[in-house]
Amino acid sequence: MANKTIMLGNEAIARGAFEAGVKVSSAYPGTPSTEISEYLAKYDEVYTEWAPNEKVAAEVAIGASFSGVRSLACMKHVGLNVASDPLYTFSYTGVNGGSVFVVADDPGLASSQNEQDTRMIGRSSHVPVLEPADSQEAKDFVKFGYQLSEEYDTPVILRTTTKLAHSQSAVELCDRVEVEDKEYHRDLSKYVMMPASAIGRHLAVEAREIRMANDAHSFPVNKMEINDKKIGFITCGIAYQYVKEACPNASVLKFGLVNPLSKKLVEEFVSSVETVYIFEELEPVIEEQVRAWGFDVKGKECFTKQGEYSANMLRRVIFGTDGTVFEKQDTPNRPPILCPGCPHRSVYSVLNKLKIHASGDIGCYTLGAVPPLGVVDTCVCMGASISALHGMEKAKGKEFIKNWVAVIGDSTFLHTGINSLINMVYNKATGTVMILDNRTTGMTGHQEHAATGKTLKGEDTYAIDLAQLCRAVGVKNVIEVNSFDVKRLEAVVKESVNGDTLTVIIAKAPCVLLKGQKFPNVCKVNPDACKKCGACMKIGCPAMTRGEDGKVKIDATMCNGCGLCKNYCKFNAIEIVER
Amino acid sequence: MTKNIMIVGVGGQGTLLTSRIIGKAAMAMGYDVKISEVHGMAQRGGSVVTFVRFGETVNEPVVEEGQADVIIAFERLEALRYSHFLKKDGVLVINDCRIDPMTVVIGAKEYPSDIIENLKADHNVCSIDGQKIALELGNSKVLNSVVLGFAASFIGFDKQIWLDTVAMTVPQKTIEINKNAFECGYNTNS
Repeated sequence: MANKTIMLGNEAIARGAFEAGVKVSSAYPGTPSTEISEYLAKYDEVYTEWAPNEKVAAEVAIGASFSGVRSLACMKHVGLNVASDPLYTFSYTGVNGGSVFVVADDPGLASSQNEQDTRMIGRSSHVPVLEPADSQEAKDFVKFGYQLSEEYDTPVILRTTTKLAHSQSAVELCDRVEVEDKEYHRDLSKYVMMPASAIGRHLAVEAREIRMANDAHSFPVNKMEINDKKIGFITCGIAYQYVKEACPNASVLKFGLVNPLSKKLVEEFVSSVETVYIFEELEPVIEEQVRAWGFDVKGKECFTKQGEYSANMLRRVIFGTDGTVFEKQDTPNRPPILCPGCPHRSVYSVLNKLKIHASGDIGCYTLGAVPPLGVVDTCVCMGASISALHGMEKAKGKEFIKNWVAVIGDSTFLHTGINSLINMVYNKATGTVMILDNRTTGMTGHQEHAATGKTLKGEDTYAIDLAQLCRAVGVKNVIEVNSFDVKRLEAVVKESVNGDTLTVIIAKAPCVLLKGQKFPNVCKVNPDACKKCGACMKIGCPAMTRGEDGKVKIDATMCNGCGLCKNYCKFNAIEIVER
Repeated sequence: MTKNIMIVGVGGQGTLLTSRIIGKAAMAMGYDVKISEVHGMAQRGGSVVTFVRFGETVNEPVVEEGQADVIIAFERLEALRYSHFLKKDGVLVINDCRIDPMTVVIGAKEYPSDIIENLKADHNVCSIDGQKIALELGNSKVLNSVVLGFAASFIGFDKQIWLDTVAMTVPQKTIEINKNAFECGYNTNS
């Protein structure tokens, strides 16, 4: 029991990579995967970086692997869509140094735009997928992943889910084992995927997958527990914990390697147990294969594809009741909101006033969709704000987008927004793009990016100038504005949406949660002057509420003194005072 | 027997830190511990819930409906929202404070009245004005230590284990005031 500690799933993954001798790691932040890189960056032995997007991160890991060292790339599920292009062909080339892609799924949508299942991508790209069920397994499976990767000449996906990534449990620590760098040898048939060599590699991939599926019955990550022979569950990942919780006496076949599956284990399990349920979150990935092999099992007819599973869900299906005592109460929702003092609120207050629609993007600023700001009309994926606005113009003409802008954060702009802007320039667009530059990757918890001047390791580096970048790709009209200068913001937005020139407005002010900032001021309502009109409440600041008398109150502990509310009070009832 | 603790509140109230302190204290007692946290979008002023489970062997990291031994609610509406997670004889510890959600601020919904009184009708409820005590101590940020101190006796463990864990977890400069805050909460309940 020496050296046992409690760790977040993501911290355990980082520890596993460290212990496995990983030398290079690249990632783009994305809930619930972000902390892996932040923990890994603390180890001096591992080079870690933030890449501008997941495709780049994956390719960095690929290059490191080709050169002969163990490499890691981390991303959330939708990040793998961006990195799918390299992944599918990395599957063909295979590795030199072992390579693991950690991909974090988000069943239940804690912080995502869809609920896709990475195991499906594992299947279609013919990349093995490991899925742990607690922090200890998370660490162990990463290490096993590097063994698999090198033994079978393949990249390996470690799939996690939000519950695993963001829960803590006990982990036994081991020392790092340095792995000797492999030599690099030029090999066109393996590393240059032209048609002639890719044909050969495709056959190698097929053979590799069959070999691994045959070997998988003896892998330590797969576990069979024969208990009560009347009822059994085939499961994987966090869903295993729900099975143990609800039906501790049931038999269980727990797959740690969820692609490829061991048919032999399924055969053995199904023949030993009377009724077998497949209990897997999201898609019926295990179920479809097991049914295709001709086994009689129960699955998605009992359990939904949507959301996170639970022990209670299992209890309801198996026992008909879940043992709750009290009824759920009807309560007003408390959705997430922009923080007090958030610069996005200031920009949105202007867009709201001008009745402008925003083609939205991924980040905190998506919260501008809901009342009372109600500005953002669309949100699809990273970078889509700019290209979707362009699509609208090409579909319905430039008059249609006279009351539209695209809004995108600084980190998201560098992720994939820049491509869309190049497209606008190239194809003669006239729209208005607003880069909401808060000097950080906000929603995921304040990660550095290529325009902040700091690396993941905290070293100083060149900070890309977003205005210069936009000018360099050919945008003639680039305007930088302080996000809290609402008068000027209103003027430039009005002018640019009504004009016929492609314009980029960079609204700048740091995220209020960035460390090291001081907030000496606070806003205060003079109750004698307040006319209860509610104009200031339309900005949706959580520090503002109405008192019993209907007059506005500002909570001094929450207020950051940005003064935005003051701009919207016609009666001068709000003043900015020293804290 | 696994003990199930839930901490609910509004993003930014320090619920995450509280769950980590409870988890560490349970570790110090030699239990197997699992903690489930909330990150990302759910933090931004939204309703947040974290879970701590400890016992001989813990399986799932979350506490489900009908399973909570203790719910520590940092806000009244959040106490109501998660009250059905309580076991029949579970305890609901409420920090008596009101934070209006945006749905109430903009007038789309009403903040329920008499939450604590109504919950008391069929739940075991204990409440404390933690904010008032924290302000008396001179720092509103020690609210979570006050509330934790108040809830500690329902969770168990020696007081010294709690104080040591608080000291281990909070920032160096705030150890004394947090320990004081814990004591104040603890004494309110004894």
